[in-house]
Amino acid sequence: MRESKGDKAFNITINFLVVVLIVLLVYPLYFVMIASFSNPDLTNEGKVWIVPKEFNFDGYKALFEDSRLWVGYRNTIIYTISGTLINLFCTLPAAYALSRKKFLGKRLIYNFMLFTMFFSGGLIPTYLLIKQLGFLDSIWALILPNAVSIWNLIIAKTYFRENIPEELADAAFIDGCSHFKFFLCIVLPLSSVIIIAVTLFYAVSHWNGFFNALIYISSQEKIPLQLFLRDILIQQQNVSVSPEVADTLRYTANLVQYAMIVVSSAPIIILYVFLQKYFVKGIMIGSVKG
Amino acid sequence: MKDKTRADDPPLLRRRIIRELNYNGQLYILLLPAILYFLVFCYFPMYGVQIAFKNFNPVLGIRGSKFVGLKHFIRFFNSYQFSVIIKNTLILSLYNIFAGFPIAIVLAIIINQIKGRRLKSFLQTVAFAPHFISIPAMVGIIIIMLAPDTGILYKLISYVIGKDPGVILGNPKVFSSIYVWSGIWQNMGWESIIYTAVLTSINPELYEAADIDGAGKFRKILSIDLPALMPTAITMLILNCGKMLSVGFEKVFLMQNSMNLSASEVISTYVYKVGLAGADFSYSTAINLFNSVINLIVLIAVNHFAKRTSEVSLW
Repeated sequence: MRESKGDKAFNITINFLVVVLIVLLVYPLYFVMIASFSNPDLTNEGKVWIVPKEFNFDGYKALFEDSRLWVGYRNTIIYTISGTLINLFCTLPAAYALSRKKFLGKRLIYNFMLFTMFFSGGLIPTYLLIKQLGFLDSIWALILPNAVSIWNLIIAKTYFRENIPEELADAAFIDGCSHFKFFLCIVLPLSSVIIIAVTLFYAVSHWNGFFNALIYISSQEKIPLQLFLRDILIQQQNVSVSPEVADTLRYTANLVQYAMIVVSSAPIIILYVFLQKYFVKGIMIGSVKG
Repeated sequence: MKDKTRADDPPLLRRRIIRELNYNGQLYILLLPAILYFLVFCYFPMYGVQIAFKNFNPVLGIRGSKFVGLKHFIRFFNSYQFSVIIKNTLILSLYNIFAGFPIAIVLAIIINQIKGRRLKSFLQTVAFAPHFISIPAMVGIIIIMLAPDTGILYKLISYVIGKDPGVILGNPKVFSSIYVWSGIWQNMGWESIIYTAVLTSINPELYEAADIDGAGKFRKILSIDLPALMPTAITMLILNCGKMLSVGFEKVFLMQNSMNLSASEVISTYVYKVGLAGADFSYSTAINLFNSVINLIVLIAVNHFAKRTSEVSLW
């Protein structure tokens, strides 16, 4: 097919926009990465643009010597794994049940859950509840208050409804299969795509979670990575490397900030790049239902 | 023969009902963890909202505390903070909706126009990636890049405007722009996925028909793509409007400093300060309740409006 003049101009515009977009999206992250390996004095003077200057690992060294990083990492891994397991335990069975065609009270239960999207008790009543339950400064305050995300519930429910035909269930039930057995032995193995997607969504939210820890966690040895990140980046605390000279301190402080961003974000970004299709799949399913 | 089936029927039927109940009974057990979660962590706090109308005293508890009616609400409406906070919240959220929403649509259209599959998936990968950066890391990047004298964006801005912009993050005038545009950078790819999904589901015959009519590419976007995107766009707009007064706490809180406070104090950060830092539980809850009720009203109103004008609605 021949292209008209207008279409040619249009294609050029699109290609130009694509290039601009890619640069705008990638460069900030790329810059943080090269800056984390460069001499911070040169970075601050604006001399680091395309490649690292005076390549070094000083920032990472200082960061890795700070025990709080490892404590934060360990805690975040624990919170992410246990939190995600609870999420799945609460979300998947409920999503399966709600995906079934008809049972007494289905509409009511679904609306009971949906309503929480539009109205909530808010910060203080939730805080009082957590306090009453004795969850302050404990892992439970981080993994229970968000055990079900409505969004993920809807995604899983939609997937089950559209991919596990009611006829298959009927056939299984005639053979004497129960809902438990059907869910465990047929639904779950057939739904690996959505299980991975939902798992990823939950895991990312735990990994990046900050608010609950800010409110409920007070002991230093229980803080997750994101709170440590806040201390380093935003409150500009220095790492505990005990340097004698103030200048070295400033030198590493700058570098550590870049390194910290890389160290905390890299696992999630890498996870995303490799498992991208599941993330996209999940959100596509969610968007169909709206 | 006939008698025989009749004789068998009632127990068979009863057995069937019992079996049906047995099966569906298990559904309730499968639902139980989620129901418990919503009851305890969502509905119980809703019950606790009543402290907005009381003087909460930890010793007396939620029920036992003294009822004071609308005292806390009136106090909030009369406080000098009220108009500032509402104004800041509305600016951030409306700016965010009306700048971010068209950009996500435009991005989806651009992605849809790319011919090479490699390039297409590369742009998508790159566009979604910032979404996975945590908010503390994001705010850290903003702070570093805008740092006076040393930040890379600071340098760019001083070069463009030709003078020293000062402490950019401390400037109340530009706070909303920093907040909104960094958010767009982070989330436009993610928000565009929904629109991309709609665009890929458009029937190709429509484009073929448009080709026969001699429509150019731009014309096709206007006449086919945009109308197809409308229902989804309206749904997203309704949902966003329902969150009008809920500017996310984390990012604003982390971006706040003493210099930009006049533009950066929003309802959620104020609720946090009054409630947890100030331990004024009832007052904080009242402000939060005010916020939730307004959100609910706006959501219902916008939904009603959308239903009447475009027949798209949430319910």
